[in-house]
Amino acid sequence: MLKFIFQRVLQAIPVLFIVALVTFIMIRSAPGGPFDEDRNVPPEVIKALNDRYHLGDPLWKQFFDYVSNVIQGDLGPSFKYPSHTVNDLIAAGLPATLELSFYALIFALITGLAAGVFASLRSNTMQDYLPMSAAMIGICMPTFVLGPILLLVFGIWLGWLPVAGWGQIPGDKVLPSITLGSVYAAYIARISRGGMLDILSQDYIRTAHAKGLSTTRIVFVHALRGGIIPVISFLGPAIAGLLAGSFVVESIFQIPGLGRFYVTAAFNRDYTMILGCTIFFAFLIILCNLLADVLLVWLNPKLRQELDSRG
Amino acid sequence: MHKIRWITYCIFALGLLSGCGKSQKLVDIGNEKQILYVANGDEISDLDPQTTTGMPEWRIQRALFEGLVSRDPQTLEVVPGVAERWEVSDDGKKYKFYIRANAKWSNGDDLTADDFVRSWKRSFLPGLGNQYASSLFVIKNAEAFYEGKIGFDEVGVKAVEPKILDVELIAPTPYFLQLLSHHSAFVLHTPTIERFGALDERGTKWTRPENFVGNGPFVPYEWIPTKHIALKRNPYYWDAANIKLNEIRFFPIQKSTVEERMFRAGQLHMTYYLPRDKLEYYKTKNSDVLRSFPNFATYFYRFNTTIKPLNDLRVRKALAYSINRQQIVEYVTKFGQKPAYALTPPDPNSYVPEAKMPYDPELARNLLAEAGFPEGKGFPKLTIAFNTTDEHRNIAVAIQQMWKKELGIDIGLENMEWKVFLDRERQMAYEIDRASWVGDYLDPFTFLEMFTTGNGNNKTGFSNQDYDELMRASALETNVEQRMALFQRADKILVEEVPIMPLYTYHWNRLVSTSVKNWHDNTMDYYSYNRVYLEK
Repeated sequence: MLKFIFQRVLQAIPVLFIVALVTFIMIRSAPGGPFDEDRNVPPEVIKALNDRYHLGDPLWKQFFDYVSNVIQGDLGPSFKYPSHTVNDLIAAGLPATLELSFYALIFALITGLAAGVFASLRSNTMQDYLPMSAAMIGICMPTFVLGPILLLVFGIWLGWLPVAGWGQIPGDKVLPSITLGSVYAAYIARISRGGMLDILSQDYIRTAHAKGLSTTRIVFVHALRGGIIPVISFLGPAIAGLLAGSFVVESIFQIPGLGRFYVTAAFNRDYTMILGCTIFFAFLIILCNLLADVLLVWLNPKLRQELDSRG
Repeated sequence: MHKIRWITYCIFALGLLSGCGKSQKLVDIGNEKQILYVANGDEISDLDPQTTTGMPEWRIQRALFEGLVSRDPQTLEVVPGVAERWEVSDDGKKYKFYIRANAKWSNGDDLTADDFVRSWKRSFLPGLGNQYASSLFVIKNAEAFYEGKIGFDEVGVKAVEPKILDVELIAPTPYFLQLLSHHSAFVLHTPTIERFGALDERGTKWTRPENFVGNGPFVPYEWIPTKHIALKRNPYYWDAANIKLNEIRFFPIQKSTVEERMFRAGQLHMTYYLPRDKLEYYKTKNSDVLRSFPNFATYFYRFNTTIKPLNDLRVRKALAYSINRQQIVEYVTKFGQKPAYALTPPDPNSYVPEAKMPYDPELARNLLAEAGFPEGKGFPKLTIAFNTTDEHRNIAVAIQQMWKKELGIDIGLENMEWKVFLDRERQMAYEIDRASWVGDYLDPFTFLEMFTTGNGNNKTGFSNQDYDELMRASALETNVEQRMALFQRADKILVEEVPIMPLYTYHWNRLVSTSVKNWHDNTMDYYSYNRVYLEK
């Protein structure tokens, strides 16, 4: 297992390097610079700014200086927010983004698994069709549609929940978490239903029934562990999707997360911020996928055996 | 089993609804505790008044700093700020400012004339990259110091006594006092700045709330990027006893729909913008909270006068005379804007341009025919460039249709991302593009100076010696009436030479809670938090 993790970490290094290089080339190819403004910026001011941020150096030097700083954990100063470094801004925005993604994941797991398991136990009945139809709607409905609908109903019409903000008013985390998590809840419902149906048709489940074990015991003790394996393999991409998808929800609900910095950095030509966020998100996504794979191996004895036999 | 299942469902449902109930309104809390909640458009880049240029920063800096002079938010007249009074020499070139005896910094240090000398020296240091440095080049030798030709001792700013500041100008500059209320002329606590880096180093940590020292009515105590920046009362402010607000919280909300929703839900006292489609609702159903007022800013189109056929005055006139501006503001922008027929917007205090670009489609057709394009035949395909917003697109489409209908010409549209747009404009790689200009001070010079020969903001290729001479003369003219007459002539040249096509004067529409008292709107969107208070 340790060797497996070590190999994956080693693979991540060239991936991150390529991500950084491609991003660097792309942003530096875009017309317009970080200090272009509507009002003309005098050439001597532009020169002073370029000198300060070493933008006059050859591009290859700028990239290698940047990479060597990144290796030391320094993502550089932000061009748009000069009194903050990119590290500062990521540190400021990350907690909200992670927290939002975490709540959304919890919501997705609880509702998705509950709906999936329930539907699998009543397969091909109305109690199966209803949650699965709801899941289908959840998959089809984008967050930028669902968010405003929830806001209108629960925030404006009923006035039960705050319409924006994060950690300012009790309950302001409910609607964003549901909005972000609903698509994943829907996927998890469908995946867990399929996984459970597969397990429930296995011989050992029939044996358990024949032995007279209660349905609850069969489901929670014997079936669920195998039934949720497809859900576990979905978790890596799901977490990556949650982190990336949080940008839209952050914008709808005015959440002080990383998304806004990332999106506006591209428009501001804030080179270091774009690079820093891209590298950071790439790292996060690689990490999530690695953790999901480790969990999968840990839960699935067959995979563990396979890894052990490979040495 | 059945019972357990239902209990599980109920617990789950309760869990989902936890936190629900009538949500708490920040506005109510704010009214009780004198905390003002304000939407502030975008996240601020920094709090340093000498390196920032945007409106969101300016709205906060107004609360954190105070210049030698301030402005009355109702009349926009210059009123005493840190200087309690001042004297002007007969030739209008020398100013003596008397700084308030009780003026202090937020750390308790005494505020002296020397603080202004050191602050302005910093603003002229070329390494700082201060984009507004040139606005104070009206001070004697400031430009020469900026260019490194002389030492700062020769610049016309002297602390003659601890509380007396002398300023000498190169020419009588009637708007000089107005410039002093601009953020670029604010006084900074240079010892604090130097604690975190060199004087000309941008973006050091001196602006962080834990390090910040200012001289305004408020000081920052919390700055969480993209969440809010929170200010509290500065006990050392010279007029602290009369400040009623305890706190101000600025929220960087980019979307007008979000701020309008937050306002409706009682989470904001005032919005920055209003969604266009909500204006009618608030006008008819909730006009108590709607603030609608003109802005000292003009929306116009630039013509690239260096390329064919736009180098032909008749073509430019034909294009400009065939636009029905009234229809644009009535049916396209629909936000209270007024049609503009000259560059300078009407200044409510004095200046209204007399020259007017006519709306005369018949004349426009004749001019186009004279230029060799009868009924638009043979007219090359030009393109209107604009940056990505629905409003710019809608206006461009309307203009495209008007030119098609009145002149029979086909004009293309090119939508560009903002920085691409700026890059193309800078290189003059455009034919016709959209533009706007917001006045820095209440004087026509702030608009008209833009079209002098070689001005970096001209961007049209337009050059007219008479025009340049008028602008030079206006800087020396001390008689207000004669000065305004010079501006009238300059505006007329722009109308006759048509390097630009003015379209409308901007208009602000925003929501302000009825609990906010003593808040005044004005054409410069100039705020003063000093007398604002909240009442249920």
